[in-house]
This record gives sequence, C-alpha cells and structure tokens, in this order.
Amino acid sequence: MIEAWGNHYGCPYIFEGCKKKWKKLIMSSTNSYDEFLKGIWKENPVFVHVLGLCPMLAVTNTAINAIAMGLATFFVLLGSSILVSLFRNLIPKQVRISCYIIIIATFVTVADYSLQALIPEVHKELGAFVPLIVVNCMILGRMEAFASKNRVGLAIADALGTSIGFVFALLTLGSVREILGNGSLFGVSLFGPHFEPWIVMLLPPGGFLMLGLILLFFNWLTERAKKASAQLATVEGGIS
Amino acid sequence: MDNLVWIFLSALLINNFVFSYFLGLCPFFGVSGRVETALRLGLASTFVMLITALCTWFLNTYILIYAPYLRLISFIVVVASTVQFVEMVIKKASPALFRALGIYLPLITTNCAILGFAIFATNRGYGLLEGLIYALGAGGGFTLALVLMAGLREENELSNVPKLMKGTAMSMIIAGILSLAFMGFSGLFSSS
Repeated sequence: MIEAWGNHYGCPYIFEGCKKKWKKLIMSSTNSYDEFLKGIWKENPVFVHVLGLCPMLAVTNTAINAIAMGLATFFVLLGSSILVSLFRNLIPKQVRISCYIIIIATFVTVADYSLQALIPEVHKELGAFVPLIVVNCMILGRMEAFASKNRVGLAIADALGTSIGFVFALLTLGSVREILGNGSLFGVSLFGPHFEPWIVMLLPPGGFLMLGLILLFFNWLTERAKKASAQLATVEGGIS
Repeated sequence: MDNLVWIFLSALLINNFVFSYFLGLCPFFGVSGRVETALRLGLASTFVMLITALCTWFLNTYILIYAPYLRLISFIVVVASTVQFVEMVIKKASPALFRALGIYLPLITTNCAILGFAIFATNRGYGLLEGLIYALGAGGGFTLALVLMAGLREENELSNVPKLMKGTAMSMIIAGILSLAFMGFSGLFSSS
C-alpha cells in the first residue's frame, strides 16, 4: 500500500487527478463568477430586461422602502432558486410552472410575515406589494431559464447576481426619487429647509418618468459601447 | 348605493390599477401594440377578475379564517386554476371567442393585476357585491389603460422618434404623462 503511494508510476496519476480537480474547480468558480457578475450589470433584470416592474415602481418612492423590497425579493429568489435547483429532476415537466409558483409563494409568505414582525412601519408602507412578489416575472423567469437547468452552486450565484442587480436598480430609482421629491436620502435632509420639493417625483408619474430617463441613459451607454467596439474592429482590421 | 358607485369610479379612474398602483405592467408594455388586441386582453382580464372575486370571497369567508397564513398560496392557486377553467369552458362553449382571445388567456395567470386585485379586495374587507363591483371597476380601468396606451403607440410608430428613445424608454415616458393626466381625477370626489 505504502509502496503504491510512493511508486513514482502512481504519482503522475495522482497529480493528473489533482490537476483535473483543480481545473474543474477553477472552471466552475469562474463560471459562477460570470453568472454572478452578469446579473448585476450586463443583464440587469430591470434596466436591461425591463422585468419585475410592478413592485419596482410602486415602492421606490423612498430609499428605505426600496432596500426593504430589494432584500425581500433577494430572500425569495435565493430560497426558491436553491429549492428548484435541488428538485429539478423530480419536478415533472408538465406542471413545473405551478410547482415553481407554489415554492415561490411559500417563500414570499415567510418574507411577508418576517417583515411584519421585524420592521412593522416599513411593512405597512409596502402594504400589498410584498405578497405581489409572487407574480414578479423576474423570479419566475430565473426559475424557468436558469435554476431548473443548473446545479445548486450555479443557481445560487445566478440568484445572488440577479438580486444584487435588482437591489441596485431599486436603490438607484428610490434614491433619485427621494432626493428630488423630498430633498432627503434615507430620511436625512440634504439641502436644508429652503429646498422646494418636487412632489410629483414621489407620486406614481414620477416613477414612470424617472425609469424612462434611466432606460434612456442605459440605451445611450450601450449605443456608445457598440460604437466604440465597432471603431476598434475597423482599426484592428486596418492594421492586419 | 353611493358606496358602490364610489368603489367603481375609484377603481376605474382615480386609483387606476396601471397608472397609480403599477399593476399589470408586463402586458401593458408588452401587448399594447394594437388597439384590438389590447381591448381583448383587457376584457379577458376583467372576466377573470370577476370570477376571482367570487372565489376569493368564498375562500375568505369559509376557509381562510382558520388558516390565514395560507392566503397567498391559495390565492395564486385559485387564480391559476380559474384561468385554466375559464380557458376550458370557453373552448367548449364558444370556439370563436376562444380563438379571438388566443394566447392572452393563459398569460393572465402571471398578471399581477389579478392577484393584486384579490389582495386589495381582501385587505379592504369587501363583501361579495362590493368585490364584484370592484372587479368591474378595476378590470375596466385596466382595459382603459391598455387601449389608451395602444392607441398612442400606434400613432407613435409612424412618428419620427429619436433613435435612443425608441422602445421601452418612450413607452415609459408616455405612461408617465398619462399617469399625470389620470392624477387629475383625484379631485373628482374630494369636495363632496
């Protein structure tokens, strides 16, 4: 036995095995890292795919509400991603959507009751929009497109990335609307008493207009990136 | 009677589901390309809302008082199965209407306006009649919003819009302006 370990014929095999394992590990970690990153910026659920708008616009009149909603969604997405990914081979194809919805609804109920117990004031302001996380198409979309086809590690990375992207979007919109509409951020006054608040920003129209402007900004960014890469391609083509 | 009129008008105009609660935005931005399809989708949603109102009233009165934590799960199951059931009945009873509604019927399942309606009606403690009137108002408001948006987008197709503005950004800003207009209705009942 000891000889077998010391045998130099065995060494390469062990080494090869190790290398394969490492390679696999590194590969998988870069994969999950990619999955994690792409949800935040390149495939941001709100700004790029325009998903999950209902809760997004309704609760982003202050930054605190936005964060609470983002965290609740994060919890639901993570929990249901893990469950769906674990049971992906057990759930029959024909009734998968109903199964996902029931799993999601369970987690949303948990999130709803927890918010009510932990931060009752914020829960009161969010009102009926916490239960409405169930029909957030972003969550169902991630289940259908990703968690049901990948193993748990990747599903967790994807859920983390997507929900961080979602929180980022909520926070951006919430802060801008609170600063313009109330002159404050997280309830702290920014401009002193002489600031004339732009009330419309706190009301529903402000949500639509602000999101429209942010989408416009994102369009401009992608357009600029496209132009830059096209220019780069022509320059490289000229050199070669 | 006054109360019922108030519930109807409030859901139809003042607290319009799309413009002041942001419910049902996915079909609002996704499907409202043409007036005709928008109208059909709106009517189908109204129909499902009416049936959901019946079911949620039944659930709330007889079952959920014993197990309030099951509210959300039972509502979503009720909405999904109502849509399936309505689909089967329409298919059997009137194939012409079924063909007219097409893909929009199953899509209603994931429409947050329906679930939102059920939750709002429960939170406000509406009875059966109030619930049905609320369903009519909310569905009518949803249809109104969809049709208005579809009309504007049909016009918008033909006009010369800056390249960056095309698509969702433009729709979003149009929706914002429409929403501003609907805010005007909030003064309707304040004096009385």
